[in-house]
Amino acid sequence: MMNWKMLLRRYLMLDILKGMGLVFKNMLRPKVTQMYPEEKNPELHRFRGEHALRRYPNGEERCIACKLCEAVCPAQAIIIEAEPREDGSRRTTRYDIDMVKCIYCGLCEEACPVDAIVEGPNFEFAELERKDLYYTKEKLLENGDKWEVKIAERLRKDAPYR
Amino acid sequence: MDLQQILNLPEVQLILPVLQTVISILLMIFPLIICVAYLTYAERKVIGYMQLRVGPNRVGPFGLLQPFADALKLMFKEIALPKKSNKVVFLIAPLMVFVPAFLAWAVIPVNGNGALANINLGVLYLLAVSSLGVYGILMAGWASNSKYAFLAAVRSGAQMVSYEVSMGLTILSVILMAGSMNLSEIVLAQKDMWYAIPAFPMFVIFIISILAETNRAPFDLPEAEAELVAGYNVEYSSMPFALFFLGEYANMILMSAMAVLLFLGGWLPPVDVAWLNWIPGFVWFVVKVCAILFIFLWARAALPRFRYDQLMRLGWKVFLPFSLIWLVLTAFVLKFMS
Repeated sequence: MMNWKMLLRRYLMLDILKGMGLVFKNMLRPKVTQMYPEEKNPELHRFRGEHALRRYPNGEERCIACKLCEAVCPAQAIIIEAEPREDGSRRTTRYDIDMVKCIYCGLCEEACPVDAIVEGPNFEFAELERKDLYYTKEKLLENGDKWEVKIAERLRKDAPYR
Repeated sequence: MDLQQILNLPEVQLILPVLQTVISILLMIFPLIICVAYLTYAERKVIGYMQLRVGPNRVGPFGLLQPFADALKLMFKEIALPKKSNKVVFLIAPLMVFVPAFLAWAVIPVNGNGALANINLGVLYLLAVSSLGVYGILMAGWASNSKYAFLAAVRSGAQMVSYEVSMGLTILSVILMAGSMNLSEIVLAQKDMWYAIPAFPMFVIFIISILAETNRAPFDLPEAEAELVAGYNVEYSSMPFALFFLGEYANMILMSAMAVLLFLGGWLPPVDVAWLNWIPGFVWFVVKVCAILFIFLWARAALPRFRYDQLMRLGWKVFLPFSLIWLVLTAFVLKFMS
């Protein structure tokens, strides 16, 4: 036997009205939507985005083809081929990252002894075709030149924790 | 021949009234279709706001052109006919949903000037035509030759039929109070007091019943995504799908208009004072319909879906006896108290 209070509650639809009242209140509250292309998340210096190969200030590329990144990459997205250059220094002839395979774990960045390969702040590099996401050395170096200021800033901020 | 002579030709005299009717029908239908389009927009916007989102805002200012973008998208889709479906019935079904929803507007008086057809049995006509929609849904479910569509159609049919009973009884008590089945007269009888006030429980039952009648949340069992994929329109695409959609929303507007006419005094202002009377009746009507439609959207945002047995229990074991008792009570009060 249900007691009369519960019956009254049910037939006056008090719970339903209460819920609807709450929903109505929500309608008047400020909205949480972020208007994405116009409005973006704050940039965090540890955000792991699109990869870049950096250069020294004199224009020499940092990468010394030690292949640590290739070895550590859990998705095996990095392929490196290396040969001595004419001046005798050891440089890569090929440095490819398959951005489709990459899981953006940042291990390559951590493995790199010369801070050559880094993950930058950019995450807007969507392409229409898969093959466009197969990054070559030129593309990565170009990225490095493009994002150098921000990348340096990120590394400086993160340095105390390395 | 000048214009006067042309107008006096017997052939023209014959066609002219027909033309006039057709034009007045189109004048009713086109704004309605626009209203239906913007009801979908309003739904997305209102529910978005209730869920702390902002809803569509990309197409045009505030997303106001969104309905047209949707319509264009639907028109350019392919009409896919399931291999084992009954093609003829499959294609007629959307029309059977779409047309009755607009047919019923013939008797809806939107202001003091009366409706397109101010017939004495307006309420009866409304009930008859609004029940026709269920055939379209049943046909769609059967012709699709898909178990989901079929189950949804059966559910929808059962639901609409059982809620029509209590809806009919609530309407009957209004008819008793007004002493007429002409919608204009029912509205005019509410000049002193809207029927929503003396018959408030009936008003609530009516609102809940029209939620069930139009298959809207929290009674949207025919479209229960979790169980039935999309309901009776799973197999539909492109314009046939759009027709179902338009039909459903047109039905929502129709039922809201019905609630306004029967319980909220149609085009009459809340109280009979001069400056409120100065606002045209049409505006009052639209404002009230919008208020009821808001309840539709509000309920959808707030309430979870009913279980099927709960739905049936509510319809047959609560609403039906309650409205029956209320009907007898109304008759008793009208006979002995007035």
